[in-house]
Order: sequence, then C-alpha cells, then structure tokens
Amino acid sequence: MSVRVLTVEDDERIRQSVKLALEDEGWEVEEAVNGEDAIAIFNRAPTDVVLIDIMLPGIDGFELCRNLRRVSDVPIVMVTARIDTHDVVAGLEAGADDYLTKPFAPKELSARIRALLRRARPSSPGHSRLVFGNLEIIPDEGKVLLDDKELALTKTEFRLLCELAGDPGGVFSRESLLDKVWGYGYFGDGRLVDVHIRRLRMKVETDPANPRHVVTVRGLGYRLQS
Amino acid sequence: MTDASGDSNPTRYKLTGWRRFVRITYQRIRPHRIGLRNRILFLFGTGSLILAAVLSFTTYGLTRSNLVQQRETASVNQTITNARRVQIDLIVEPDDTNAAINQVGNSLRALYVDGEWTTSSSQFTERNIPPEMLDRVINDRIATHMIVPYRNGQALIVGVPLESVDASYFELDNLRDIRDALQTLQVALGVAAVLATLVGLGLGLFASRRAVRPLANAASAARAIADGKLDTRLEPTDDPDLMALTSSFNEMAGALQQRMNRDARFTSDVSHELRSPLMTLAASVEVMQSRRDEMSERTQAALDLLTSDVSRFQGLVEDLLEISRFDAGAIRLVLEPLALGEFVRQAVAASSLPRAEVIVEDGIGHITILGDRRRLARVVANLLDNARIHSGGTPKVILHQPRAIPDRVWIIVEDDGDGLIEGEQVAIFERFSRGGTAGRRAGQEGAGLGLALAHEHITMHEGRIWAENRTDGIRGARFTVELAVDSSYDVDSPANINEIR
Repeated sequence: MSVRVLTVEDDERIRQSVKLALEDEGWEVEEAVNGEDAIAIFNRAPTDVVLIDIMLPGIDGFELCRNLRRVSDVPIVMVTARIDTHDVVAGLEAGADDYLTKPFAPKELSARIRALLRRARPSSPGHSRLVFGNLEIIPDEGKVLLDDKELALTKTEFRLLCELAGDPGGVFSRESLLDKVWGYGYFGDGRLVDVHIRRLRMKVETDPANPRHVVTVRGLGYRLQS
Repeated sequence: MTDASGDSNPTRYKLTGWRRFVRITYQRIRPHRIGLRNRILFLFGTGSLILAAVLSFTTYGLTRSNLVQQRETASVNQTITNARRVQIDLIVEPDDTNAAINQVGNSLRALYVDGEWTTSSSQFTERNIPPEMLDRVINDRIATHMIVPYRNGQALIVGVPLESVDASYFELDNLRDIRDALQTLQVALGVAAVLATLVGLGLGLFASRRAVRPLANAASAARAIADGKLDTRLEPTDDPDLMALTSSFNEMAGALQQRMNRDARFTSDVSHELRSPLMTLAASVEVMQSRRDEMSERTQAALDLLTSDVSRFQGLVEDLLEISRFDAGAIRLVLEPLALGEFVRQAVAASSLPRAEVIVEDGIGHITILGDRRRLARVVANLLDNARIHSGGTPKVILHQPRAIPDRVWIIVEDDGDGLIEGEQVAIFERFSRGGTAGRRAGQEGAGLGLALAHEHITMHEGRIWAENRTDGIRGARFTVELAVDSSYDVDSPANINEIR
C-alpha cells in the first residue's frame, strides 16, 4: 500500500514543488490550502503522515496540530519559518513529532518522513509484557496501561517509551534517544527529546510534576524505572 | 567670488597696546589641556581668592584709618587739657617747670620755656620732635600734631603753644598698641582670606562635579549605545539648561534605534521573503536532479550550475537570517555540556571537509565545554569552509589547552594557504568582508558572512576568536577559537559513563 502524505501549505508553488519531490519518492500526496481543508481531507481518507506549515490563514498550524492530535496519533511534521525556540517548542507541545525549518531540502523532508514511518512500526524488544509498577507496556499490541487503563500515546511517544523500557534502569543520553527514536545524528535538536519526555510524563505519570517512572538523570539523560 | 587671497580670517582685527598684551598673555597661559572640571575649579578658586583679598584690604584700610583718627582726636584733646593745666601752674609758679610737668598724669611730656627743655622722662626729648614742628609751635605759635617714627614704630606728637607764659608744651603718644591691634587684624584677615578661598574651592569642586555629571551620564549612555544597548536613554530632567541636551540626546538615540531596527527588520523581512521562492527552487531542482540521466549533456551541465547556485543561495539566506537574528537580539543559546573531543570530531565529520585531520592534545579530549551544540558546530564548519575556499590544501583542527590559562580551551583551524595580508586579521571578521585572499579569487563561493557569524556565535558564548598567520614556518592562516572549560560537569568523574547508551 502506498504511503499517503497530506501537505498543508498556503503557498501554491511550494506546495506544488514539494508534491513533485515527494511523488518522486513513490508516495501519494494530498494537498490542503488551509486548516479547514486539511481536517476535511484527513477525515475523508486514512493518512500516514501530515506536513503542516505553521503560518496558515485561518486556524494556524499549532491549532490544526492540536485538532488532529485530539482524534489521531498520526505522525506530524511541522514546518516553521523561524528557528526560534518559541516556535519550535510550541509546535512540539502542540503535538508535532518533528520539525523542519524553511528553506529545507526535499531530501531532508523525505528522510524525516521515512524515519517517522519506520518508527510507527516499532520492532518488539523481545518481551510480550513489561511492567514498571503501575505502568504496563505491551509492545506487540502497541498498548500502554496505567493502573490497568489504556493510554492514548502517539506513535513517537510509544516508541520513546519502548526504547527506555529496552533497558530498565539504564540511563539514555539525549543523543542516543535522538538517534534511536528520530534517526538524527549528533546534531539533532535535543529539545525534541525534552518536549516528548514532557508529553510522555503527562500521560504515564500519576503526578507529572514529580515523575516516578520517566526520571531525569542530571547532566546525563533519562531513565525508566518502576 | 569671495576673497580667498588676503586675510584667511577676516574677523580677526589687529590688537594694539594692552589688549594685545592681555591676549598674548592669555594665549600663553591658557589652560590648553585643562579639563572643564578643573577650569571651573580654577575659576572658583581664583574668584574667591580675589574677593577675599579685596575685602581684607578694604577692611584693613578702613579699620586702620578709623583707629588712628580716633586716637588722634583723643590725644589732641587730652594734650590741650593738659596744656591748660600746665599753663595755670606756670602762671602760679613760673619757675617750677618740673612740678608743672609732673602733675598732669603719666604720659610722655616735654615743656619748652625760654630755650630750656623740661621732660617727664628720658624716653621723650626734643630730639624726638621734628624741627619743622618745633618751628611751627615755638616760633609761629601754632598748635600742631604729627605722626613720627618712634622706636621701630610710630608715635603721635601734639605740640601746643602756651601763649600767656611764653612756653610750648609737647606730648608724645606711642601708637604701638594700635600697631599691635592692626597686626592681629592682619593675621585674622589673612586666615579668613585663606578659609574663604578654600570654601570657594570646595564650592567649585561641588559645582564642577554637578556641572560635569550630566556630561558623564551622557558619555556613559553614548558608550552603552555604542556597545549595542540601543534602548539606553538619559533620565529626563527639570533643569532647563540640561533639558536641551537630554532631549536631543534621547531623540538621537531613538532615531538611531529606529533606524537600526528598520535595517534589521529589512534584512529579516527580505530573507523571509526569499525563503519561499528558494524552497520552490530547491524542490524543483531536486525533482530535475532525479531525472538527470534523461537529460542531454548540455542540460545536465546547466542543471548542475543551477543546483550549485541554489544551494549557495540557500546558505547565504540562512546566514543572513542568522545575522538578522543577532541584530534583533533574538538568539537564545541552547547550552549543554559537550565533551570537546567528541564534539569537534562530530562537527568536522558534518562539515564540508569531513576528512580534515583532528589533533587532540594529550588529556583534553574529555574536557567539557558548555555550548550550543549546533551553533558551535556551525563555527567549526565555517572555519573549515573558509580554509577550504582560501587555501588549496587540507586544513588541520587542533585542540589545545593553553598552559597559562587552564580554564580555557583552544580550537585551532590551521591551513596551508596564502595566509593573511597585514591588517586583514580583524577586518576578516566583518560582514561581507572576503579578505584579501578571497578578493583575489573573486567569484569563488562564500558570501563573506561565515567568519562574521562565527565571531557573533563565539562572542555569545563569551569566548574569543582571532586570526593570524602561522608561526611554525609554514605558510598559511591559523584561526583560534577560545572557549571556557565547564568545570561544573566532568564526563569522567561520576563513573556513570558506562551507563550511558
């Protein structure tokens, strides 16, 4: 089955050229000019990846991202015009899995999309069931239970949790998580990890302000414990 | 046509006499290098000195004449009274001159009767009386008084003719007590003048500080603006004399800030506007590149040119955007501890010269620095780009810890190109400065923003960057980045290192 990418971009020429480049990858590309169109298209047919430009007429990229997140765990790539901390962090907080800064090379975009798609189907760590106190992970079924209630994790959050669960109690540096979860090298943006850890804590921790499971090891990285 | 030939300064007229002298003297002693503060101090000091001197002299003069006059009147009156008594005594007892003279108190007296002198004391004889006075009193029969020198001082002598007994009576009044009083006054006035001058100097110091303070404030504000703190303003004042300075300074600073902001915004706006077409170009070129094999040789060559310039254009726009972020103060560093050796190796591997040699001097590979990973990597990449463009050979990256400053590390990029031209070492870090070497090879890639950006990044990291020619006998340039060692975090120490994946 061919991969379906939805690009939400108001600049027609960028949309066209990105569509051409992504189609060269053998993917099917749907186009939306604004947020409202995007939601309509997303509801009409299943979509594998959504590409959202932050600067959109009408409802902006952040809002669209939040709307999609409410109904789906689809991988989302944010496109920002600026590299400002504020924009990037706000986009990730809104639920994006990754971001790109304009002008980016289409090759970079397709690499990001491929990484997201790969991540969406995590390889099993070899255990059918991992238990961390009141937190339970069932990798094969893609399920996470907190006090026996199923949690709605995005694919990236799930993959991040699975990586941490791969070595219970071991410390994972941001670089290694960036590499394993996002496929970035040494110069990936560590904020991707930080914001995703924060989002993950909101879901898997009873008290996210005092995390019990996903713990920060100062100066070194993160660790998963019971 | 104006008269350009004759006098170069038509307003200058020829001074004559004392005015010329005053001007020349003033020009000679004019305090050329004395500051405003000292000039005010000087004026206050001399002003109060002159004032105190004039007051002292006037006071002294008036007091002196007053004292002497009063004493004269009193002495003359006393002498006339005494003379009357002497005269009566002589009428009663014409021969007993001694008795006559000794019964009228204890002042110094002298009596002249028929060519004979009788005195009350040896301290006053006819020799003390000037001849012209003797002449006037004895011969002309006119009462006279005179101030004469007397025993290192002065004395008042009053002479009265005694008509009815054909004699003359003289009295001497020593003025030493007046002299003593005036001497005391002199000392008092001198001390007062000195005190007044000192008070004047104190006031001058106070006034000069007050007068110069707004200037000092303006100077430090101007310095702050020059240092980039464009929102610096002088505090508004009620002082009408300073209001003009304050308001025009603030207006100037405001206009400057507005203009700088406008320029920065323009750069930012232009770069933002350029991004969209650039994205389209880059994506379209990539689509064409994937069909390169289907093209003729000429089309392929044209496409390659297009691709290379699109990527160069992209780099330029990214640099411009980063520069405009610096200008707008919008850069926030994402600081994290970085192991120096690992970081530099990764940065070199990600640069345009991934095979450049990295030499890590003994024991400093594990030194940690606190830095923005991606921005510092850009600095390393830009230095390598610079070396690649300006020198044919392969540059070397050396990590070194200067012995004299062990809390700092150096990242050195050395090439074997033509080196730097004298005077280029600083200018090379300016925007769009392509240096002499680059200028000689105009047309090469590189917009001249790479080193300027490196400089901005390193300055934000509170480090230093400089360029020089190699000193090891090989031709080439050497760029050094100096950064602080982060001592708060040591990768080696907590022994948790094996736990990190």
